[in-house]
Amino acid sequence: MKKNMLWTKIKRVLRAGFINFWRNGFVSLSSILVVFVTLFTIGSVMILLATLETSLVQIKQKVDINVDLVQTASEDDIQVLKKSLEDLPEVKKVTYVSRDERLVQFKKQNENDQLILQSLQELGDNPLGAVLNIEAKDPSQYESIAKFLRSDSVLSKDDKSIVARDNFNRTEVAINRLVQIIDTVQKIGFGLSIILALISIIIAFNTIRLTIYISREEITIMKLVGASNRHIRWPFVVSGTLYGFFAAVLVLAIFYPMTYWLSPYSVKLVGGFDVFAFYLQNFSQFFLIIFGSGIALGAFSSYLAVRRYLSV
Amino acid sequence: MIYFDKVSKVYSDKSVALSDVTFGVKPKEFVSIVGHSGAGKTTLLRMILAEEKPTNGSVFFQSVNIHSLHKRQIVYMRRKIGAIFQDFKLLPNKTAFENIAFAMEAAGRPDEDIQADVPHVLQLVDLGDKMGKFPHEMSGGEKQRVAIARAIVNQPDVIIADEPTGNLDPVNTYEIVQILKKINDLGTTIILTTHNKGVIDSLGRRVITMENGKIVRDDHEGRYVL
Repeated sequence: MKKNMLWTKIKRVLRAGFINFWRNGFVSLSSILVVFVTLFTIGSVMILLATLETSLVQIKQKVDINVDLVQTASEDDIQVLKKSLEDLPEVKKVTYVSRDERLVQFKKQNENDQLILQSLQELGDNPLGAVLNIEAKDPSQYESIAKFLRSDSVLSKDDKSIVARDNFNRTEVAINRLVQIIDTVQKIGFGLSIILALISIIIAFNTIRLTIYISREEITIMKLVGASNRHIRWPFVVSGTLYGFFAAVLVLAIFYPMTYWLSPYSVKLVGGFDVFAFYLQNFSQFFLIIFGSGIALGAFSSYLAVRRYLSV
Repeated sequence: MIYFDKVSKVYSDKSVALSDVTFGVKPKEFVSIVGHSGAGKTTLLRMILAEEKPTNGSVFFQSVNIHSLHKRQIVYMRRKIGAIFQDFKLLPNKTAFENIAFAMEAAGRPDEDIQADVPHVLQLVDLGDKMGKFPHEMSGGEKQRVAIARAIVNQPDVIIADEPTGNLDPVNTYEIVQILKKINDLGTTIILTTHNKGVIDSLGRRVITMENGKIVRDDHEGRYVL
């Protein structure tokens, strides 16, 4: 019997919440819109941060050091150097381009330049040295790699360095600036996103409080009729939850065509980053975050707002 | 049943709403409180509903000091009191049926009771055909009758009516008073405030006259004397 009454109460709260939501159509609609804007901001921030992250990773990958090796370097020495480079914790990847491969590449690059091809032929010998291309895990680590290359540890058996030159000095300034820019962009991007999300959350929170302010007279009447706080509060929380729910549905639905439309631009702008694919792959995450924050926002602000008017 | 013991109410700006008011109401009585605006009638009723606290003195309802009650207990106490107001105080987004059902739900009554009692009580105030109407679709007299139906549906021990006819024309006023009389005849205590001379004279019941926060007359079978 007691259990039955609890179920009756839950049923009444749900029904009252739905009825409030439906009959205050205009108020509900504007609340949904405001929560929608908030959730849209949160979703956009998620996409923006991912885009930023991907483009930064790509920029980082474009930074590397080319190590020109002397022509006389033996294959063994090169493999030893490559191995010792790969053993460095800072190094992500070392690509070895042999003399022959470089010649093929060089010829291909200049296949329309007869003069160069002719002089190559006249030389008879391959004038190019082999190259090691080094990618670091992080751009800031190139300096220590360059130091390593210039130390004694890369000497070959006959105590001669097989490294002719590396291009670290030339790119050092650029690398340092890039490291700074990446760092700053990441910090500012993150900070701005958080601020933006916070502002919209505060606006949504206050809008829902206003909708309940409109109902403060009703809350007083309910109190005078002998309704308990719970009986008054929970229908409002249900209505608030519905605001969040519908706003979340709207946002998830709009992100689908929006990311689809943006996808070619994103691929062009951030080499290979497809927003649409990103949205679909991470849909469960989007779903959880958007629905979670929508419902939490609606329910929590309603809960808090009603409390103010319950003290009659 | 209700007893005011040397009750005073002074607002912060030193305006005195009630000063040293003492009177009692017996079960099944029909008491009218009359006086000019600002005489303290409404303050009296608000104290019975625990909407306001006295500055001095105590108010007893069924031998319990109302203002010593915990918030949770106040909720239960209010369910024993039916309240009727000049401005009706209906929930605007609920139909006549739902407004009355709300009071029953608040009192924790089961659905079967609600389905049975609400139409019955609406018949009683002659609104059987207006169950699905919203307050804004009803006239003042109809709204007040819904409010009365809401006040009596939980079979309260006492009904307090604060100028229930203040916004109504003479015909509706007459009807409302007749309904209140009928409720009283069925055994419910009624406390009514009004400044309508016709209402008081037609009732011929106990009349308490107030002036500047004090009781100046208390007559059985009184008339409107001011």
